[in-house]
Amino acid sequence: MVERIEEIEAEAKAAVEAADSASELEETRVRFLGRKAELTGILRGIADLPPEQRGPVGSTGNKVRKALEGLIEAKVEGLRNAELEKSLAGDRIDVSLPGSPARAIGHIHPITRTRRMIEDVMVGLGYQVMEGPEVEHDYYNFTALNHPEGHPARMLQDTFYVEDEEHVEQVLLRTHTSPMQVRAMEASPPPLFMIVPGKTYRRDSDATHSPMFHQVEGLAVGEGITLADLKGTLLAMLREIFGPDREIRMRPHFFPFTEPSVEFDVSCFRCGGSGSLDDGSRCGLCKGIGWIELGGAGMVDPNVFGFVADAGYDPDSVTGFAFGFGIERIAMLRHGVGDLRLFFDNDVRMLEQFS
Amino acid sequence: MRVPYGWMADYCDPGLEPRDLAEKMAMTGTEVERVVTLGPPSPEGFVIGKVLAAEKHPDADRLSVCQVDTGDGERTIVCGAPNVAAGQTVVVALPGAVMPGGMEIKQAKLRGVESNGMICSDRELELGEDHDGILVLNDGPAPGTSATEVLPLAEPVLELEVTPNRTDCFGIYGVAREAHAISAAPLSPAPWNGGPIGPGVDSEAGDVERLDDAAGEVKTADRVRIMVRDEELCPRFTARGYTDVKVGPSPVWLKARLIAAGMRPISNVVDITNYVMWLTGQPMHAYDLDLVPEGELVIRRAENGEKVAALDGDEYELTDQMVAVADRNGLAGIGGMMGGSVSEVSASTTTVLMEAANWNGPNILRTSRDLGLRSEASSRFEKQLHPDLTLRAQAVAARLMVGICDATPMTGLVDVAAPPPSSEPIRLRAGRVERILGLAIDADRQAEALEMLGFGVEREGDDLLVKVPADRHFDVTREIDLVEEVGRISDLDRNLPATLPSGAGRPGGLSRQQALQRRAEDSLRESGFDEMVGWSFTDPAEADRLRLDPEDPRAGAVRLANPLSEDQSVMRTTLLGSVLGTARRNLSRGADRVALFECGRVYLPSGAFGPGPLGGDFPGNTRPPFNEPQHLCALAVGSVDPSSWRTEASGSDFFALKGVLEHLAGGLGTAVTVERIPGAPTQPFLHPGKSGVVRAGDRPIGWIGEIHPLVAAEYDLGSAVAFEIALADLLDASPVGEEAYRDFTPFPPVDRDLAVLVEEDMPASSVLAVVEEAGGELLTGASIFDVYSGEGIGAGEKSLALRLRFRAPDRTLSDEEIEPVWSGIIEALEKTGGKLRG
Ligand SMILES: [Zn+2]
Repeated sequence: MVERIEEIEAEAKAAVEAADSASELEETRVRFLGRKAELTGILRGIADLPPEQRGPVGSTGNKVRKALEGLIEAKVEGLRNAELEKSLAGDRIDVSLPGSPARAIGHIHPITRTRRMIEDVMVGLGYQVMEGPEVEHDYYNFTALNHPEGHPARMLQDTFYVEDEEHVEQVLLRTHTSPMQVRAMEASPPPLFMIVPGKTYRRDSDATHSPMFHQVEGLAVGEGITLADLKGTLLAMLREIFGPDREIRMRPHFFPFTEPSVEFDVSCFRCGGSGSLDDGSRCGLCKGIGWIELGGAGMVDPNVFGFVADAGYDPDSVTGFAFGFGIERIAMLRHGVGDLRLFFDNDVRMLEQFS
Repeated sequence: MRVPYGWMADYCDPGLEPRDLAEKMAMTGTEVERVVTLGPPSPEGFVIGKVLAAEKHPDADRLSVCQVDTGDGERTIVCGAPNVAAGQTVVVALPGAVMPGGMEIKQAKLRGVESNGMICSDRELELGEDHDGILVLNDGPAPGTSATEVLPLAEPVLELEVTPNRTDCFGIYGVAREAHAISAAPLSPAPWNGGPIGPGVDSEAGDVERLDDAAGEVKTADRVRIMVRDEELCPRFTARGYTDVKVGPSPVWLKARLIAAGMRPISNVVDITNYVMWLTGQPMHAYDLDLVPEGELVIRRAENGEKVAALDGDEYELTDQMVAVADRNGLAGIGGMMGGSVSEVSASTTTVLMEAANWNGPNILRTSRDLGLRSEASSRFEKQLHPDLTLRAQAVAARLMVGICDATPMTGLVDVAAPPPSSEPIRLRAGRVERILGLAIDADRQAEALEMLGFGVEREGDDLLVKVPADRHFDVTREIDLVEEVGRISDLDRNLPATLPSGAGRPGGLSRQQALQRRAEDSLRESGFDEMVGWSFTDPAEADRLRLDPEDPRAGAVRLANPLSEDQSVMRTTLLGSVLGTARRNLSRGADRVALFECGRVYLPSGAFGPGPLGGDFPGNTRPPFNEPQHLCALAVGSVDPSSWRTEASGSDFFALKGVLEHLAGGLGTAVTVERIPGAPTQPFLHPGKSGVVRAGDRPIGWIGEIHPLVAAEYDLGSAVAFEIALADLLDASPVGEEAYRDFTPFPPVDRDLAVLVEEDMPASSVLAVVEEAGGELLTGASIFDVYSGEGIGAGEKSLALRLRFRAPDRTLSDEEIEPVWSGIIEALEKTGGKLRG
């Protein structure tokens, strides 16, 4: 009897295997598990069997019955899924059509982009970002930066003055972001590490000079800060901006509010500082020099500390460095923009090139 | 400052190619703008010739046929210059010589006459630009002499960009000393102390100290009276007289050096003043002493309106802020700027007064600016020279006057001097250099560097006591200045390590405002707007274009005193003008739509500042002179989103832009409301019916609306919508970073809709406010999902459909609980004139 059950199982498995529609499967189910099925009959007649056969036949029969039920259930699900897949495959769209509704893509101005990048680099080096007024007192723009009245350096930076009958030449458009050095020191004692990005103005207009442009000022004041620290800081910053292989060069220069003063250059990232390209031609970016001029810097002049002595800046106990450079210059170099004036023309065909 | 290499090499020849020297100078603090080679690329083939005969060309009126001795025999040269004549000493370019610009001289037939070379003009040799004829040399070097021996042919000239503190580098000797310190090549004594002055003219050691020694029979003091009425403006005035002066052209070498330096030779006496200035850095002026009545000069402030005829042929009107040199009849010069024509040296001059004076730098700078006059003299004086330089100049000039003009110096100087500036030595403390530079340089090496630069150094232990030379007096006044001097000569580029500041850690970061500003900008970018950066200055007529009332504070607060042009003469008070102008420009260039925004400052009369730096409240002891809040302005013309294959692009209307603003505020975790305030004036540049005030909480922070058609027309735009808000005020309302978590309820809400008829003019926001007020705590949300007017609705009315959501934090609400709240809401609506529909 047990052998018979096993034969039924084999038959049934083959029949389930062979069924390829829901109705065929239902027929199979009725044939092997229905009320009139042989297996059902066997199980129903267990009581009539000799006692020693009842156990094995009952357990085998029930096991086979369960197995067949599971098998059919699984097959039903498989067939249902196959039918769904078949109907989905027929329900097609053209996936190459554009998304809808179309969304306009906006853009951030390259100056803002560049400013943010510089800010992020300097924040990583431990600097705060500050803003200061663009319409400024002569005191902050010149006097407290060690440009005494009548100093020729005042003439170097052709200054826009604000019309004010009472205070002639007392209010001006800042010619650099440096006035914030003094404001920041007035507001907080050392150590101070800050940068100031912002608009600056000089009375000058041609392909390489704009009457309005953007600078970033940097100032670090504390105990034991040296010119070597300035070099390391600028190098770290320039490598973030222009790549890890860049070198820095500092040339002595003169600014009234730093002493010693330097101008700093970065090694050319197009020719690697050699001045010539792989094909032997002269590098156009650095004009064959291998270096690109970027900005001015130096150690904060003790006279400047003298203007903020009350705020805790004693030139015998603290030293510091300051630096400044143009944002447009960085943006032009990084993105190959040839004409400064393009930044303020705001042609959307230019703006759309920056994301 | 132009430095002919050969002239500098009289004092120090660094033995470097000019380009290498330029590079070294750049790395030690003196920018060399460029190195130019004067004249032809090579001196080869240029020789001195003597014109033996010059006759008219038989077949050409303008040409002469000349016989010229060029040392190697006589040759025929056809010459086109009108001034060629027998007896002249000239420069000949022989066949094979290459002219500036690359043309090679060849044997050629000119109208049938064979020409074997070319007689050169100074223009052709790039020695000058003013003369049309050939260059005629006055004294006669032997024919065949290489021209480079008397003329700076193919002479390298360094064009230095001298920083204003380095007055010493406005003299050749100062530059030579710099070359010495850079290269360690030997430096000859100074031209006032035993060094050479020019070919055939030398100084002797102690010339300056011997200025008062007896010379001619006449004493300067007997012929000259100098009165300085204002010592502050003229700290020193020295004068020396000369008799028997033979005025004439300068020798060729002197002319050539002046030309190479960029100056025009005039006559030997005038050329000497210029030569001395170029060599020593101290300007001079020569007077025809016979034209100075009684030899009396008074240095005083000019009177307002006083006029002087200057040497450049112009007349200048002075003010009492300027210093003048006056003779008995009137003004004889503008102090430190330019001499007067009244006592100008001329061919008939025989008695000369040489002035070397010292002037107040800031005063000269101001005078130069006020007169619009800048001379080689003023550009040196304005940087403040030391009074002692006058004596150096007098010593060098005396040697030249004797050597070149055959003059007899009068005995002694007239020297009117204020007390000299003090010259205490400066202490350079041990370790100070390392503390500033971050590089140890031992005391011996420091002393050596300073001495090469002309400083006197005494050791005091490891400290140095440093005496500053007169020509560095105003530049090097403090210990830190000495640190710089040591540093720049110590090859910092190679030696300085690159380190980062050590010491207390510090947090870097963006302020909350800065971080949120980026978020605001990015929100607009994500809404499809392009960021622009507009000019801070604008046209005063913009206020008119925007229909601003002249009384409106935005009609122009900050006006520039010296704008580049009228249309950039005021600072903008709103970003709208910049954005409208940019929209117009882009549309006229073919853009079919624009969506622009700018995040920038406006410049308002000082008044209440907004919060933080973005509100114009900057750090520092003194408030800024004006109020500069950061604004955010967005404008859309045409659709913001483009059309697609299943949606049509719709033009941007008020609500499209309001959605952008709400998205911006929502992205900052806050919300804005827009209201029309009954009776309040609207923005004159906006459509009065389609605009409103933007509020964050109770605070008005800006406006939004359709641009008034008249304003749009000014900018050639069709319909446009815009908003502008004060960024700091919006950020102030943002809870970002400070959000407090509240538990949310697990119990389900009950939603109910209602429709209410209200007057057309009743703002939807007021209806919502009434509902929310009446709904109390159980009403957790109310929104408008439909607005309808037209068929079935009475004229002057509109129907609003509202969805209300009720919910309690601790239980599921039953209808019985909602009912009283619901009737309260309806009652409140009816009280305000609303009629419930359906
Ligand atoms: Zn390069």
